[in-house]
Amino acid sequence: MANIKLSAEKLDELKAVCKSFNNDKGELINVLHKAQGIFGYLPAEVQEVIAKELNISVAHVYGVVSFYSFFTMLPKGEHPVSICLGTACYVRGAEKVIDEFKRLLNINVGETTPDGKFSLACLRCVGACGLAPVVLVGEKVYGRVAPEGVKDIVAEYAK
Amino acid sequence: MAKYKMHVLVCGGTGCHASESDTLLENLKTIVADKGLDNEVQVIATGCFGFCEKGPIVKIMPDNTFYTQVSPADAREIVEEHLIKGRKVNRLLYVDPENKEHISDSKHMGFYKKQLRIALRNCGFIDPENIDEYISRDGYEALAKCLTEMTPQQVIEEMKKSGLRGRGGGGFSTGLKWEITSKSVSDVKYVVCNADEGDPGAFMDRSILEGDPHSVIEAMAICGYCIGASYGLVYIRAEYPLAIDRLKTAINQAREYGLLGQDILGTGFAFDIELRYGAGAFVCGEETALIHSMEGLRGEPTVKPPFPSVSGYYEKPTNVNNVETFANVPVIINKGADWFAGIGTEKSKGTKVFALAGKINNVGLIEVPMGTTLREVIYEIGGGIKDGKKFKAVQTGGPSGGCLTEKHLDTPIDYDNLLASGSMMGSGGMIVMDEDDCMVSMAKFYLDFTVEESCGKCSPCRIGNKRLYEILDKITQGKGTRDDIDSLRNLSYVIKDTALCGLGQTSPNPVLSTIDNFWDEYIEHVTDKKCRSGQCKALLQYFIDPENCVGCTACARNCPVNAISGERKGIHVIDQATCIKCGACLEKCKFNAVFIK
Repeated sequence: MANIKLSAEKLDELKAVCKSFNNDKGELINVLHKAQGIFGYLPAEVQEVIAKELNISVAHVYGVVSFYSFFTMLPKGEHPVSICLGTACYVRGAEKVIDEFKRLLNINVGETTPDGKFSLACLRCVGACGLAPVVLVGEKVYGRVAPEGVKDIVAEYAK
Repeated sequence: MAKYKMHVLVCGGTGCHASESDTLLENLKTIVADKGLDNEVQVIATGCFGFCEKGPIVKIMPDNTFYTQVSPADAREIVEEHLIKGRKVNRLLYVDPENKEHISDSKHMGFYKKQLRIALRNCGFIDPENIDEYISRDGYEALAKCLTEMTPQQVIEEMKKSGLRGRGGGGFSTGLKWEITSKSVSDVKYVVCNADEGDPGAFMDRSILEGDPHSVIEAMAICGYCIGASYGLVYIRAEYPLAIDRLKTAINQAREYGLLGQDILGTGFAFDIELRYGAGAFVCGEETALIHSMEGLRGEPTVKPPFPSVSGYYEKPTNVNNVETFANVPVIINKGADWFAGIGTEKSKGTKVFALAGKINNVGLIEVPMGTTLREVIYEIGGGIKDGKKFKAVQTGGPSGGCLTEKHLDTPIDYDNLLASGSMMGSGGMIVMDEDDCMVSMAKFYLDFTVEESCGKCSPCRIGNKRLYEILDKITQGKGTRDDIDSLRNLSYVIKDTALCGLGQTSPNPVLSTIDNFWDEYIEHVTDKKCRSGQCKALLQYFIDPENCVGCTACARNCPVNAISGERKGIHVIDQATCIKCGACLEKCKFNAVFIK
């Protein structure tokens, strides 16, 4: 097992999460949700701790983490930008919005800006199809986003 | 409950929430209280009204006044003019797109006229966070009736007689599913509600859970009574935080009222519900994959049989139904199977909720009787195509469905007709496309989705869909040949025949249906190297019309790759070899000299 670089405090918090689910391996996905809530992402160390607590192999944990798109092994930016790529948003021009974000932030989808401010991701349908195309920054929803409006959204958070 | 003279209903669905409906709600509440009206006027947040295009929506009862696109700043005028002086705020009323008249109430809006709301009966009508409001609308009466007046077998018979079929897309008889699970012998059984709404562009399950969570809880308890289960699980997407919150609140309230837990209504029947969260995997909508995901594993499907009804969650008999299916159950018990079976077509009974989106005027959530035609849905309820463009196709069934075209407009919508037309009901996403949409690109879009969401367990889906995507990509790049279209077809049939689960077996549908319905367009792409809708960038060429060019140099200065040459006040020319087709010149030219061919 790799060296655990987590602080003792966070380690205890993580173990407490596992314990709150009775260290039941059937609750792995719920544990991972909570863990990602604590750390913001699921680095290898976290997965190793969870595997040990739930008495399952690290491969099993990694298999589950890599299977679901909700889980990430890379830290997200301070302001995670998610662009909806559901069909309704696609039909109403979401691709051009993505291109504009890529150009302005100078990163690709799945990456984080070097200063850690922004990360860019696509998601499938938040169900606000009446507002297509939709962009999420953190929890905030921006509706009817035109490529021209992207710079205003970025400016709002760039301070 | 207190008696109010007037009710102000503010949409609290995800769409309106994103347009500040929560601030609007607070403003209305504050102003009503300031005016000393809080004993006469009730202000609540409800579930989705369905008319998401014009959100946020505010409805005033009892006169059914329907205000659209209300901003938080409009709260004062609504209170002072409408609630106090009884004068409707004209500028916020819905304007009929045809005769430009303000429509005073929702009953006269084209959007609602043809609708029949069964699953959505309470959405936009009650406060979803208040169990009393649900009870006042006959809530939990069906559960009481089942527990005290009917045997499980009688309830199952009633369900079978109603003709209700699975609304998640499969279309399997709900009553029959319950019967099979009830006959499986086991000490423990489970009721599972599939709320893993993964079809991009469908949001009916989310709206039901946000707007009327108790209807699902009640139906799950009824199902538990029928099959002999005392434990229910809702598998819900983690991407739906509002729905999760409302569902949790509703479960707690039901427990407080003794409608969940031990000895429900003094009958000795015990039933409780827990939540399980999805983590973003489309394949988990497939019931065997969903069950594996609930067990904390990768959400990979397994071969059926054994069906979950026999061996499901931890190998116990498990009855999996979709949210919308459950939402229909209490009404069927209350009003009777004959009433329900009187709605719809011969083999598809009742209503279906559709999420109408894309290039259509009235984007939103609608519920219509089975057998309604596409034309009625698109033109009467949907208000026609956006910006007066020409209708091209409507995609139903999401990534598993197909495109329907003009010739299908008068086909009554039901499970069997859609299947016969090369599409499927699916969960009820309906994406409308106009002349600007390229059908090859559309097929590619869906395949991109499938490739990403394929779980990778079986090779036809994992490898086959990837190849389909690559061929489609090649065609949109202008490098396709006639043989590629044949390969697409052959490969599609192989995948359909050999893939393990529903996802793989239906994933080639968007390809096959676009080839069948838009053959000409495919041919144009491969032989003429043309894309009539102008979406396939690689197939476009930009030109400058010498007649209109005045030599202002705007295009040349804005070209990012210096592909445009020409003297000031002279005619400019685009070098096709350098051009990257970004469209900057077209955008900057003030003299309409740049055109696409």
